[in-house]
Amino acid sequence: MDPLHDDLLAGVRDVSPLMLGIVPFALVAGIAAVDAGLGLAEAVGLSVIVFAGASQLAALDLIGSGAPLAVVVGTAVVINLRMVMYSASIAPHFARYARGVRAGLAYFLTDQAYALSVAEFGASDDRSRALYYLGAAVSLWIVWQIGTVAGVVVGAGVPDAWGLTFAVPLVFLALLVPAMKDRPTTAAGVTGGAVAVVAAGLPLNLGLLVGAVTGIVVGLLTEGRSR
Amino acid sequence: MTGGGFALVEGALTRGVLGQWQDVFGGSSDVWAAIVVIGVATYGFRLSFIYLFGRIDEVPQSVKRTLRYVPPAVLAALVFPDFVTLESSLIATLADERLIAGAVAGAVAWRTENVFATITVGMVALWLFRFVVFA
Repeated sequence: MDPLHDDLLAGVRDVSPLMLGIVPFALVAGIAAVDAGLGLAEAVGLSVIVFAGASQLAALDLIGSGAPLAVVVGTAVVINLRMVMYSASIAPHFARYARGVRAGLAYFLTDQAYALSVAEFGASDDRSRALYYLGAAVSLWIVWQIGTVAGVVVGAGVPDAWGLTFAVPLVFLALLVPAMKDRPTTAAGVTGGAVAVVAAGLPLNLGLLVGAVTGIVVGLLTEGRSR
Repeated sequence: MTGGGFALVEGALTRGVLGQWQDVFGGSSDVWAAIVVIGVATYGFRLSFIYLFGRIDEVPQSVKRTLRYVPPAVLAALVFPDFVTLESSLIATLADERLIAGAVAGAVAWRTENVFATITVGMVALWLFRFVVFA
């Protein structure tokens, strides 16, 4: 078989086990969109234009609770800041491609595509960077869009008492736990969460930003002390 | 037709077009504005170093260090208030099906690092306590 196709298929193959987590995540994104009062086109627009699950759910949560748009945008943007780190880390692997190609590759950058690709690129020198990455990243994109639509359609028919939107913080929790992988990151998470609970009464959902900033500072301080 | 008539026709046309826009796209232009701004900023983050690589040798170490704490701090600040609401007494704060379900799901997330298992166990725990234990 054409070795280029092998690289593309390897990306598709390696990403497939992750779909078990992506499918419910995407369904929740669709359900949360309905709960926040969005229509199908807006829900799909959010998934296509932003294509970053955690920030989508946070934005929907805030839209649903009637937060000012500046808070919605600010929160989602802060959550997606980590993409800068992924961009910096994967950039050397993409430096060989033309700018137009890089601009396309960047659109599909997600936590999962980043994590898989960087691991594979470290292990194999002769893999096509773009094809392997696109195999994983575009698969994620397709499943994400289909899942969003399914969530919008399903979400409309489920009674409120079931509390399906509780799945939203559960998804964050499933992403949070592995993100707390050492003492400083654990300190950042625990402090950020605790401060956010205490500050939950602040207007404009500022408790979230106060908690997050406090958590980041405590993480840095903990790291400094353990050196 | 007078100038006023033109203005009237023009106004009706504009309303018609906007009305159709709202019918097709299902609503609020505020929400669309938020989606586009978040999307543009997020794409900017994704593209940043992939585009610039070659001009800057490396990300400043201090930026890297700070970015490392963004995911845990932000995710925890989002999650915790959905599980815990401070009440006037400790018992009222703790006897909450969301907190119990969150704690159980947290344990599953820690053991399995599996999103699907975390959602499933968390939802079942929520329903168990909401519809059976605390019912």
